[in-house]
Amino acid sequence: MVISKKSLQFLLVTFLACMPLVTFANESADSLQNHTENAAPAAEAHGETGHSAEKEFNATELINDHIGDSHEFHIADWGGHPISFYLPVILWTNTGLEVFSSEQFHHDNEGHHVIDINGQKLVRFNEVIFYADKFETLTEDQRKNGAFAFDARPLDFSITKNVFSMLMSALVLFFLFFAVARSYKKNPKAPKGIAGFLEPLVIFVRDEIAIPNIGTKKYAKYMPYLLTIFFFIWINNLIGLIPFFPFSANLTGNILFTFVLALITFIVTTFSGSKDYWKHILLPPVPKALYPIMIPVEIIGMLTKPFALMIRLFANITAGHIIILSLVSLIFIFKTVAVAPISGAFVVFMSVLEMLVAALQAYIFTLLTALFIGQAVEEHDHH
Amino acid sequence: MNFTAPESLIFWTSIIFIVFFILLGKFAWKPILSAVKGREDSINSALAAAETARLEMQNLTAENERILQEARLERDAMLKEAREMREKMIADSKADAQVEGARMIEQAKVAIAAEKNAAMAELKSHVSTLSLDIAEKLLKSELSNKEAQTKLVENMLGDVKLN
Repeated sequence: MVISKKSLQFLLVTFLACMPLVTFANESADSLQNHTENAAPAAEAHGETGHSAEKEFNATELINDHIGDSHEFHIADWGGHPISFYLPVILWTNTGLEVFSSEQFHHDNEGHHVIDINGQKLVRFNEVIFYADKFETLTEDQRKNGAFAFDARPLDFSITKNVFSMLMSALVLFFLFFAVARSYKKNPKAPKGIAGFLEPLVIFVRDEIAIPNIGTKKYAKYMPYLLTIFFFIWINNLIGLIPFFPFSANLTGNILFTFVLALITFIVTTFSGSKDYWKHILLPPVPKALYPIMIPVEIIGMLTKPFALMIRLFANITAGHIIILSLVSLIFIFKTVAVAPISGAFVVFMSVLEMLVAALQAYIFTLLTALFIGQAVEEHDHH
Repeated sequence: MNFTAPESLIFWTSIIFIVFFILLGKFAWKPILSAVKGREDSINSALAAAETARLEMQNLTAENERILQEARLERDAMLKEAREMREKMIADSKADAQVEGARMIEQAKVAIAAEKNAAMAELKSHVSTLSLDIAEKLLKSELSNKEAQTKLVENMLGDVKLN
């Protein structure tokens, strides 16, 4: 017990110690990359040290890079060259489906490196893949908002860093709980091992989240959904906190991911709505004259609940990542190692806090989902 | 924050989450929740059974206690009865003995009286015989000479007063 505790502490300390290194690697990779793209001939003439000195450190760029998504998983830099785990790019182009490795872009994110995939000329700008010819016609502003320029780019169904991280977490969770389920078959007595660790959490979700909010009669139907979102969000929150490959993807801090989860909650809530729930929305207990105001308000109310879920999770996790990265960036902004102990201490503090937030946000998302479902399935005795 | 392509993450999140949810639901949540539920039920039923057993035990103890109490009372009653019987027997036999004793004493008295009477009669006859013998011998010796006989007659005549 003592040993395991110590080794856990050691592991944590190692994680946190590595965090600034990894972030540093990221930063130098980006700066190098940008530099090579902007002034390729000049770069050739200068040495490695020259590059770093020329390129101003940009914390915003670093943080944006981290909390955003990307086609490749940057691991570290070695001798000035970024080492990445190249993820597959899957595009639905004008001529059909194309699958190729993101390595082909050669780390280009400035729209300079044109690649040819089966006759399709493609470029990548700010992690968005465009048709090369259409990219030329876009303004700088349009390029920056390229994610929504659907006529200038193929549809992109790539396995990005976030998708990769999500797949990994889903597999880990699946095998974990599959093992738990199997251990129950073998051992019908008190739970042992991993089951003993996870069962209290499952019971917590059931007794503290599902039953109080949905009620003893109907909770069982929603248990699988509540358990799935709870553990899915939690593990992805935690994976996002581990600062090195193959973790560190900011999945739960991505508004698209939280959007999908909130949408699923919205669908579940809407489809499990009882007669009373719909009556309350469409025939609210107010004078008929107020219906033109009340009904839209009630419908907006239906939408704001999942919207709040989406924003809450996204903002909490992203904010945590931004704070930690900002604290690390302080070292580079002040250009002195003397700041490192202070910002390091804060990073440790924030990381521990974020571990709490990771569990808390998963709990809150699940709790509110259960609450919304509970409101929807509730049947009033009188109205 | 760069979005890459929104359709990518939305598409994959939906697919992965739904597949993940279905797989987990089928292979994990269902067996886990049913196992947990089953175990809770078995624990609850075991507790209920323990409670029933406890009550039964309590009843049994009470029953035992009652039977013991009854037995004790019965024993006491029996002892009391025995004691009474013994006392009665003692009293009875005492009374009998007294009666018998009295009767025997009476018989003895009667026998003694009879014996005494017989003895008295015998004694009387002995005495009378003896007195006759003595008187005869006396008379013989007394009356062996004439003088003595005359004297006696005189004496006797002297005693008899002619009234």
